[in-house]
Amino acid sequence: MSDPIIQPTVGAQRESVDPSAVTEKREGTLPRGLDRLGERKRARLEQLAQATADKGGVSLVRDAFRRLRRNPTAMVGASIVALFVLVAIFAPLLAPHDPAQRFDELTKNLTVDSIPGASSEFPLGSDPLGRDFLSRMIHGSRQTLFVGVLATLIGLALGVLVGALAGAFGGWVDNILMRFTDVMLALPALLLAISLVAMASRSSQWTVILAVAIVNVPIFARLLRGSMLAQRESDHVLAARALGVKRGAIVLRHMLPNAMTAVIVQATLTLSTAILEAASLSFLGLGDPDINRAEWGLMLGVDGQRYFEVRPELAYFPAVAIIVVALGFTLLGEGMREAIDPKSRR
Amino acid sequence: MLRVIVRRLLQLVVTLIGLSALVFIWLRNLPGGPIEALLGERATPERRALLTKALGYDQPILVQYAKFMQRLVTGDFGNSIRSGDPVTEVIGRAFPATVELAAAAMIIAIGLGVPLGYLAARHRGRLLDNLSIGGTLLGISIPIFFLGYLLKDVFTQNMHLFPPSGRISTGLDNTDITGFFVLDGLLTREFDATGDALWHLILPAITLATIPLAVIVRITRASVLDVLNEDYVRTAEAKGLRHKTIRGRHILRNGLLPVVTTIGLQTGALLSGAVLTERVYNWGGLGTLIYDSISGGRDYPVLQALILLAALVFVLVNLLVDLSYAFIDPRVRVR
Repeated sequence: MSDPIIQPTVGAQRESVDPSAVTEKREGTLPRGLDRLGERKRARLEQLAQATADKGGVSLVRDAFRRLRRNPTAMVGASIVALFVLVAIFAPLLAPHDPAQRFDELTKNLTVDSIPGASSEFPLGSDPLGRDFLSRMIHGSRQTLFVGVLATLIGLALGVLVGALAGAFGGWVDNILMRFTDVMLALPALLLAISLVAMASRSSQWTVILAVAIVNVPIFARLLRGSMLAQRESDHVLAARALGVKRGAIVLRHMLPNAMTAVIVQATLTLSTAILEAASLSFLGLGDPDINRAEWGLMLGVDGQRYFEVRPELAYFPAVAIIVVALGFTLLGEGMREAIDPKSRR
Repeated sequence: MLRVIVRRLLQLVVTLIGLSALVFIWLRNLPGGPIEALLGERATPERRALLTKALGYDQPILVQYAKFMQRLVTGDFGNSIRSGDPVTEVIGRAFPATVELAAAAMIIAIGLGVPLGYLAARHRGRLLDNLSIGGTLLGISIPIFFLGYLLKDVFTQNMHLFPPSGRISTGLDNTDITGFFVLDGLLTREFDATGDALWHLILPAITLATIPLAVIVRITRASVLDVLNEDYVRTAEAKGLRHKTIRGRHILRNGLLPVVTTIGLQTGALLSGAVLTERVYNWGGLGTLIYDSISGGRDYPVLQALILLAALVFVLVNLLVDLSYAFIDPRVRVR
């Protein structure tokens, strides 16, 4: 991989040259008294300090953010994600009913081959246990976000740890850690997740989160290691080493932050696959057994599957919600990737 | 070339040994321990003691590992807890079904994906391109088991075009030679059986093909776009070569290299997807076996063998892909 992450800073530095500073310098070279020269120099330094304080260099992040804002697909993705997060935050206010409450007027109409549909009181009708489906959908955003974010964060943290160790030390540490990720990558994702869930005596929400997280560890680890290795020989690391910066500081302050951008993009994309993987586990009966929990993957995988012929809406609504949210994270992630590395834009 | 093969084979062996060690650790950490996991509900103190001795769990851990490896190498995976049959037999019965399904899905994914990706790249920014980008994004965002139910609902429940599930119609007297029903029909000249098997294959194959298809379209498109900007394509155009020649010799030959790698990597997605697809269509392959070994009381001997088999298939396919690279792309040989 050529290193797209550090290249844009070259252009950024060029932009930050202040034209007024150049003319100032020319005046300063005129023959004058020594103390006057000192004074000038001080004034010039102050001016420079001021100039950099206001403008700064255009940092990679700011530059990328500017490009991101101009990218329509990324903005569509960001809007979807923002809406999703807002619904999740305000779920208790938005939902008309308690998602766990079973309503008598709904339960009395439940039969083997019919589940009550929409009414003015319950706009999306009932779920198989006589609960308000709309409220469950709205509250489902919370649990779905919770599962997706937590699984991604745990996977990210572990992956970054493994990848950073491998990338920082290289040599045999790298070799052992990477053989380990090879082994994990040799297993199809879902099969690995299934084997992990099978290790728990009872499945719960946490077994799902952990299984999905661990599946993603080798991906993050490989990615981070790759971009850290690419930096080991790069100029800014060489410069830091030449200045005598300690090894730990080089890794933590110079290599890791630069390598993280690619990992963060991947994390955004992982949010979408994590939600899909959790739904797949629920579909296979390995999900959260808590019947009161409203989570889209669970609703689609369990009730949606079981009652597909009776009332397909039970599958359609959570499925569409999952598709839209997964799409949102994917669009945002791809937009971020393009913003950081404009070359990848197609 | 030989050195590359040897090195890759060694890497493969290391990966598999690592995996077997993990499976060993996994088996020992199953809920209630390996004996309980193996015996399940049939556990009695005598049986437990007997099995502990038989499997050597009273011996030092390294001896246990050596025995475990010995059994793996000789292909002795024990008996299935659910059916009591040898694991190798249980897997052997299900294997052809999944291979048939996966092969059909891959044929669809490559057959549609490569031309679509190429056309999208050629018509960059136009309707076809935008549609295919939108389609691929949707393809990777849709839970495939839901897509399976949707297809089944539309094409079998409403339109009665395809059979709802299974691999072949009940009552059809087909001869089973290889376990690949489409192939068997051709071999025995029972063409009605071939047709029927194909009929059952279409919907599951489309379902399973979605993700690989989306990925292949994207990779093909990106890679063809890269190649289109190359000097040698411009040179070829300037020389006045015919479009057909440029497309075949210059663009596709170079543009398809990354696609070949992707196809190898997609075997993993196919194995994951098979678990979901086979459940929707009641397919009776390895995916169904994985599902049954988990939900119908955990059948650890079968699961353990399936994990190792899946990894072996995935690693071998990718090795073959990497090696085939040397034949497709002469530049690789120099390295």
